[in-house]
Amino acid sequence: MTVGRRSFLKLASLVAFAGAERLAHAASSPQVRRLLVLVELKGGNDGLNTVIPFADPEYARLRPRLAIARDQVMQLTEATGLHPSLAPLRPLWDARQLAIVQGVGYPQPNLSHFRSIEIWDTASKSDEYLDAGWLARAFAASPSPASFIADGVVVGPNAMGPLAGHGARAIALTNPEQFLRNARFARAEGESRNAALSHILRVERDVTVSAERLQARRKFVAEFPRGGFGNSANTAAQLAANEAGVAVVRISLASFDTHANQLGTHASLLKQLGEGLGALREALVELGRWDSTMIATYSEFGRRPRENQSGGTDHGTASAHLVMGGAVKGGLYGAAPALERLDGNGNLPFAVDFRSYYATFLSRWWGIDSAAILGTGFKALDFV
Amino acid sequence: MKIAAAIASFLIASAAHAAPIGYEGARHLLNRAGFGATDAEVRQYARLERNDAVERLLAGARREPSIQPPAFVDAPFEPYYRLRGMGAEERKVAQRRLVEQGFELRAWWMREMIATPSPLTERMTLFWHGHFATSQQKVRASQLMYRQNALLRREALGNFATLLHAVARDPAMLVYLDNAANRKLAPNENFAREVMELFTLGEGRYGEQDVKEAARAFTGWSLDRETGEFTFRRMWHDFGVKTVLGKTGHFDGDDVIDILLARPEAAEFIAAKLWREFVSREPDRREVARWAGVFRDARYEVKPLLRAILTSQAFWSADNRGVLIKSPVDLIVGTLRTFDIHPMDLRPAVFAAAALGQNPFSPPNVKGWPGGEAWINSTTLLGRKQWLDRVFRGSDPAMMVAQREAGDAADKDQEKARGERYRRMMERAMVDYAFDGERFIRSLPVSANGAARVDNLVLAAQAVNAAPEDADAAERVRVLVSDPAYQLK
Repeated sequence: MTVGRRSFLKLASLVAFAGAERLAHAASSPQVRRLLVLVELKGGNDGLNTVIPFADPEYARLRPRLAIARDQVMQLTEATGLHPSLAPLRPLWDARQLAIVQGVGYPQPNLSHFRSIEIWDTASKSDEYLDAGWLARAFAASPSPASFIADGVVVGPNAMGPLAGHGARAIALTNPEQFLRNARFARAEGESRNAALSHILRVERDVTVSAERLQARRKFVAEFPRGGFGNSANTAAQLAANEAGVAVVRISLASFDTHANQLGTHASLLKQLGEGLGALREALVELGRWDSTMIATYSEFGRRPRENQSGGTDHGTASAHLVMGGAVKGGLYGAAPALERLDGNGNLPFAVDFRSYYATFLSRWWGIDSAAILGTGFKALDFV
Repeated sequence: MKIAAAIASFLIASAAHAAPIGYEGARHLLNRAGFGATDAEVRQYARLERNDAVERLLAGARREPSIQPPAFVDAPFEPYYRLRGMGAEERKVAQRRLVEQGFELRAWWMREMIATPSPLTERMTLFWHGHFATSQQKVRASQLMYRQNALLRREALGNFATLLHAVARDPAMLVYLDNAANRKLAPNENFAREVMELFTLGEGRYGEQDVKEAARAFTGWSLDRETGEFTFRRMWHDFGVKTVLGKTGHFDGDDVIDILLARPEAAEFIAAKLWREFVSREPDRREVARWAGVFRDARYEVKPLLRAILTSQAFWSADNRGVLIKSPVDLIVGTLRTFDIHPMDLRPAVFAAAALGQNPFSPPNVKGWPGGEAWINSTTLLGRKQWLDRVFRGSDPAMMVAQREAGDAADKDQEKARGERYRRMMERAMVDYAFDGERFIRSLPVSANGAARVDNLVLAAQAVNAAPEDADAAERVRVLVSDPAYQLK
């Protein structure tokens, strides 16, 4: 890595600087420039009140207090609709650029937040413990071009999730301007056998490399909603606007663990989600990057179909996820929730393994051999 | 053969115990068991033998804070639901007061961490706060958050069984994990699951059916919404027979907790977590099992367990020095303590810790702070360095006055946005977060002004970037705190 960077700098000093910029870019083909924006819904989003099977009588029966009334639901088909707070996504559905994948889960589901998100982040089996995130493994096998800002950027001070572990060139930042202001504190030197120290040194190196490639502050006509998620969506757009590429941006929205008084909380969370993603789409259209960007949600689990006595829902299993983008083939995928076939704990069976969901991004979006990363038997879906 | 080896290792151990722990040993002990330490404190402990040093720390344990908590904690309880009945203006004022109380509470605790005669008490209080994670953001009652903090401190080095039973009745916890609304007809599983997964046994050591049954046992454990006190709601409680982890009976919550505490996994779970807190990120199973035995034999008294940990070979092993990443609180409180910096206003320190990923009274979720490498990514590492740069850049008394005055003038300007005023206020408060190099040099004994001594005070591991040989002690500190090794303890 160090050697590569040095020779690059040497080369850059020989060529006029504008020329060097272009040289670094020549390597990236259009497919390589494809961006995936992952949106983590932290705490376990209630899939049933997000993508609503309003025509299923079981839905209203299981949720006397929490069911969204049929006339409130934003109806997409004769049986399925979206929560009214997701209104900003309606134009995407109409343009057939919103794919809804229902029943995403895995066998022997784990109902612990922490274990289940670990399973999602590492794409492991339910009883398997892997060290590195699925994207870290994917980029270790198939690195992004050296001219990229990074393989992946995590927005906010959160854990690195699917990019955790050694393998990917990944950074975290809250906004690009602040990152560039502070990057002067990092040095790209030193090695250590102490695991903690070598982690710190690796982060310093990644900062230095990314900072050389990152540009800040692009103005958009699109208006981002105020608040944390709006800011994160804005940062995702800022990153997409960069000349230097990035393969993955992960943003997140927290507080989906709605064990009590769910109705108001969930409506407000989905409003933030819908408005933030709506603004992100507008900004990407402005940039001409809507066709080369895909936005996809994930979460550790869905919630129990039957509401609890506190006006909330407990931890569940399979859930619905949303994928959008100019290249996405809109429509319904997976299978509608089988509310009449709940398991012994009152939870939903899954219809689509989450690793098939991931395989779609790896193989269809980036052309990476998904079997090498996720194991065999996970067929990509047809939403792209 | 085995016996001979045991005797040999015992002899080696006792020989090590009998010698003074020395300057490096004292710095290691004080940094891991507390938050930073001045050169003078390190010198005091350096003369002690291992057991004596540990006994001294344990003997200093407290059950009460040394600093008066904010006045609002004794005011009549203000239930959050009353805000709903208020007009918009009044509600805004009440909400702002709640936020302000949260800041006061955090600043007070950080002050306690800095000033307490027993940093070990505060480290363990913070450890239990991470273990029994509860967030102000959901509880929305500063008084309840304070009451929980007082409970965690009272049993910080007390008894884990007592603490667990009390936490299950703690009003802030009842709100945070929704047990306040857990009733017979449709039990809420939140607390029942976490009491097994996160508080006692660990994931995979219970089944889904155990969670459901335990949830029934905790039905009716609620709080009085007027007083914010625990109350048992008989009408909500399920008096029926439950089966939890193979035991069957008309259990209530206390019975379930006793069943959990009777499992050997409970002591091991806590011992392993304390290994990660005090020793390294990779617990040694045999040693953890030994500590768990001590813990069980002592009926969950915390002091005997900590004694076993802090006097263990593992704790003192050279392999385990400088291998833990400082938490944001370690970094901030430790820096202020080590270099004897006493800011008037601790809110900027509280904000810094929050921005770096550790906001006391608001852990990210019920699992608390993950710690270890997760503390450091590019955002938080740059944030740490920026904060250190600020503190060690040097102080300038004339500039401090100028900044204060400029700030006062700006405050009067009503045109300024609220956020901007707030930022200025923080900037001004940050002015006395300054390392005083002259004073630092004067505080060192003449004989100890050498480079090696300063390195040993500041760093737990070898510096990555060499400091210039001709730098004086203060300059050397400035270089060392910017070294990646300063992030370690």
